[in-house]
Amino acid sequence: MLESSIQFILAGLTSGAIYALVGLGFTIIYNASHVINFAQGEFIVIGGMSTVALMAAGLPLPVAIMLATLVTMAVGMALAKFAIQPARDADVVALIIITIGASIFLRGIVQLVFGKDIHSLPHFSGETPLNLMGATLMPQSLWVMGVAAALILVMAWFFNATLAGKAMLATAYNALAARLMGVDTKWVLLSAFALSALLGAVGGIVVTPITFVSYESGIMLGLKGFSAAVLGGLGNGVGAVAGGLILGIVESMSAGYISSAYKDAIAFVIILVVLVARPNGLFGKKGIDRV
Amino acid sequence: MSAFLQRHRGLLILAACIALLPLGVRNDYHYDVLINAGLNAIVVVGLNLLIGYAGQISLGHAAFFGLGAYASAILTTTYGWHSLTAMGAGMAGVGVLAYVVARPILRLKGHYLAMATLGIGVIISIVLNTEAQITGGPDGMSAEPFSVFGFAFQTEKSWYWLVGGCLLASVWLATNLINSPIGRALRALHGAEVGARVVGIDTTHYKVLIFVISAMFASFAGSLFAHHTPTVTPSILGFIKSVEFVVMAVFGGMASVMGSVVGAFIMTLLPNVLASIEDFEPIILGAIMMGTMIFMPKGLVPTIAKKLRRKEAP
Repeated sequence: MLESSIQFILAGLTSGAIYALVGLGFTIIYNASHVINFAQGEFIVIGGMSTVALMAAGLPLPVAIMLATLVTMAVGMALAKFAIQPARDADVVALIIITIGASIFLRGIVQLVFGKDIHSLPHFSGETPLNLMGATLMPQSLWVMGVAAALILVMAWFFNATLAGKAMLATAYNALAARLMGVDTKWVLLSAFALSALLGAVGGIVVTPITFVSYESGIMLGLKGFSAAVLGGLGNGVGAVAGGLILGIVESMSAGYISSAYKDAIAFVIILVVLVARPNGLFGKKGIDRV
Repeated sequence: MSAFLQRHRGLLILAACIALLPLGVRNDYHYDVLINAGLNAIVVVGLNLLIGYAGQISLGHAAFFGLGAYASAILTTTYGWHSLTAMGAGMAGVGVLAYVVARPILRLKGHYLAMATLGIGVIISIVLNTEAQITGGPDGMSAEPFSVFGFAFQTEKSWYWLVGGCLLASVWLATNLINSPIGRALRALHGAEVGARVVGIDTTHYKVLIFVISAMFASFAGSLFAHHTPTVTPSILGFIKSVEFVVMAVFGGMASVMGSVVGAFIMTLLPNVLASIEDFEPIILGAIMMGTMIFMPKGLVPTIAKKLRRKEAP
């Protein structure tokens, strides 16, 4: 009983770590521009797919990872520059359609360049399972959790201790005031998309050995990341990470104890209950209507 | 009479288009595409009442479309109900369900509402996918032929006129709704929700009402779809389908009934036109969606209408 619980928690933390990274990506872009970027899942796919392709071309894994991350960041910045910036004054719904359009566009390109097959990567440190209090754990899961934790800490440091990070936070609070204080808000938008692409790409690469990657796998991961960000309270980085981990654990627990067919449904039921009880997410502040 | 013409100019143009379109139809496949476009248009006309007029987003409307379709399929085949009764039962059921979920979730705003409606859509889709004894699971199921007073709709041509008529009726209903006190309350609510409450509009009541109405439009179209399509499968109520409906509404033009129809037709026809260059289809579709929203954020029909009006009165 205890072993299986630990097993489910470990599995939940592994997928939760990825949801947390994607959710954090949503949060960073939302803070910089109030845009919900539905192309977030595509960053994961582009990261994973390019690593696969670069390794197939003969590059060693670390080099392939670096290059694939740079490619994804370039895609993210191009998206900001050519699709989001020209529509800065558009309605929220119009911006949602633009990012959905972008995700279909990117999915089409991925399909054209890499094909429709499902790909995988070798496990980074072998496939000998570790034993943890009676539960088994693949070394790759440790990679996923470790890399996610490291990235989250780096992001926390970046936003709290560097001038660039503080400029981005200032833009999130009040874009006009930030501009008056000399913050280049166009730069903030580009950086937000680059950072969020970085999170998605690295998350996608470390998880590919476990979950595999295909041109379609971004849709569900993007939805889960959005759910994580909303569950925690939009715009709240800590909330997005907590939301991702909660979502991952709830899913794996319901798959294990209730029904694997209904695991996604149970996760969404819990999100709905949370939203009805707390309309601004678990850690969100109460919004005030301006008349 | 001229007031009628003024108010229903769009409706008359649409009727003329529906009457003339068959002249360009060469085969059953063309009819099939047009019928699906018409069914999508009925859903989008209803959805646009919610998005464009009440200013509330729904990323789960395909679930109501799907529930209507499954209600018709299950009730006519498994239980041998008449197709009209099944359709009515589906709409009533969907209406009640929409009412029950709308009360708590319409308190949410913006992206939180998007999340909640999306969640409801995903939950309904998983349930229909999993309960295979009732719904046929991923393989789907089919409905009995649609019949009204003994006349069974079998040919594509008869379906075309049926759907065309239903679309006209939906547009007429939506136009009347918008020009009624309900429509004015909705616009006030869209402009400033607190302001509308201050002048005595029960905003929750109107939001719930329009959510229920738009869900029933979707269920109605879903029932017709179930009788027309060979098999009803869970793919018709997935997240992607919900997104497609929203895209049609926004692309054609928010707060524009005719925009909904135009958006639905273009977005249904486009994949069929692009099918010959299959590999590039998603790329072109995505580029069109981004391009339209960047250069015409108000949508196709309102933007063009504005341009025309400027030409008329310089």
